[in-house]
Amino acid sequence: MACRFILQNLSKRHLLHSTFASRSASTLILAEHEGGSIKAQSLSAVAAASSINGDNPVSLLLAGSGSSLQQAAEKAATCHPSVSQVLVADSDKFAHPLAEPWAKLIQLVQLKGGYSHVIATSGSFGKNILPRAAALLDVSPVTDVVEINGPHQFIRPIYAGNALCTVRYTGANPCMLSVRSTSFPVPPISGDLKSGGASISEVDLSTLDEDSIGKSRFIKLSSEETDRPDLGSARVVVTGGRALKSAENFKMIEKLAEKLGAAVGATRAAVDAGFVPNELQVGQTGKIVAPELYMAFGVSGAIQHLAGMKDSKVIVAVNKDADAPIFQVADYGLVGDLFEVIPELLEKLPEKK
Amino acid sequence: MVAVKRVVDYAVKIRVKPDKSGVETQNVKMSMNPFCEIALEEALKIKESGLAKEVVAVSMGPSNCVDTLRTGLAMGADRAIHVEASRDLVPLTVAKLLKKLVEIENPGLLILGKQAIDDDCNQTGQMIAGLLGWPQGTFASKVVLDKEKQVATVDREVDGGLETLCLDLPAVITTDLRLNQPRYATLPNIMKAKSKPIKKFTLEELNVEIKSDLEVVQVTEPPKRKAGVILSSVDELIDKLKNEAHVI
Repeated sequence: MACRFILQNLSKRHLLHSTFASRSASTLILAEHEGGSIKAQSLSAVAAASSINGDNPVSLLLAGSGSSLQQAAEKAATCHPSVSQVLVADSDKFAHPLAEPWAKLIQLVQLKGGYSHVIATSGSFGKNILPRAAALLDVSPVTDVVEINGPHQFIRPIYAGNALCTVRYTGANPCMLSVRSTSFPVPPISGDLKSGGASISEVDLSTLDEDSIGKSRFIKLSSEETDRPDLGSARVVVTGGRALKSAENFKMIEKLAEKLGAAVGATRAAVDAGFVPNELQVGQTGKIVAPELYMAFGVSGAIQHLAGMKDSKVIVAVNKDADAPIFQVADYGLVGDLFEVIPELLEKLPEKK
Repeated sequence: MVAVKRVVDYAVKIRVKPDKSGVETQNVKMSMNPFCEIALEEALKIKESGLAKEVVAVSMGPSNCVDTLRTGLAMGADRAIHVEASRDLVPLTVAKLLKKLVEIENPGLLILGKQAIDDDCNQTGQMIAGLLGWPQGTFASKVVLDKEKQVATVDREVDGGLETLCLDLPAVITTDLRLNQPRYATLPNIMKAKSKPIKKFTLEELNVEIKSDLEVVQVTEPPKRKAGVILSSVDELIDKLKNEAHVI
């Protein structure tokens, strides 16, 4: 049930003084939804918020239009015990997650709500939108955070994860950050929420600055239909490299993934060669994954690929070349021909339960 | 207009300084950021197809930026602009400086690499688009310009696949890996580049507030993984995964 959003008029001076006071800490989460549900990665942003200031109020911002948005809002209200409020921006302008209207929305909501922190997950949504919003709010965001050391101190990877940089944010509110969902796992929520969930309010869009909205239009999204689990959150990932030699051969990787109930990943080389579509790319500029088990077949282990998977719990590598760099990060390595190893694995692996 | 950055070459194995103040960049090979090369290549292709009359390369930083600009000129850019800055600039400052240059130069399109491979920020393009109020097409894997309709149709690589957007010009585009294959500068072009103009601006001349709201506390190495073992058979692998690692 939508209710009037009560505007809190926090004076600017109050905001500046409260930079270090946890009593006025409050977080705005930029959440994504699809098909009437909150996307799992957005919950990582909530998990990150709770590690900044244990019980500071957390508001979830959702934008879209129509019934799937309202459904998502209902689900958002009970998705995590930390969420105390769900803000809903309902308009055709948000039918697709375009950066231009979203950035203006964030600016509007921030100026009205005076949050100390604004957090998004660093997937393509957060990466596209957060910096634009930060520029409008005149703050430097901290992107791709893997660890939080305090309300304004964060660790993020640089040089493709070959170094970690600890940065401190010393500017005015809001402190804006995007977090790697693999670094902020969401613990399973047990039982029903005593409080019955968060309040849901409609964002008053009447004062939304229209400038720059309408200059971009969504045309289409091409994605592969798949029964495979989502690459970013799968428990097991099976990846193929260029050594697979063809899209046809890549089907072996898919068969193995099927057997293991795994997601399929690929190196940049395999995507460049056209074996698989781009959304399967794991690496510095592709997806970052940290599954329980990562199996790499015919992957040499270039720095840029390692950047995307070296936080996996167990890494298995199969490669004909004993000197391939991948063996330096693998827990278990097999020097051999993947065209022999994969069929043997398919034969000998136990059926998935 | 294309913004380019000088970074540690992508193939270099970087080392963290013992005092944890940063990454060792002395005596290390530096190159144009690979994504910036792709941005420049796209601009050159657009010019060669007759849809633009000039490509201007821009870089910000100390005097060695000029090396990167000369490479850009050698690839085919017509002019270059160097904004001189002696210290590291955060993306927001770079965006504000770029905004000033856009106001001076009036480009019809601004192309940047999606991220620099040193800081991996992936912010500048989005920020300048926000400051200018221009639409943005980030992580572009294909760009098609329609001069008559003054729009750019951009395919973007996103988590869910390939998204196609139509943007009114002027717009900001950030390039992803598969957009194109950058050309090598040929020797005649390298020679020609020596006489192409590089205009210099100082921070004072551009009168931009230098944002310093981020402080680097330290730079450290990531935790090392425990060394693994090479196994001798598939049977052994399955056994280890099942009984030692407990992942299957």
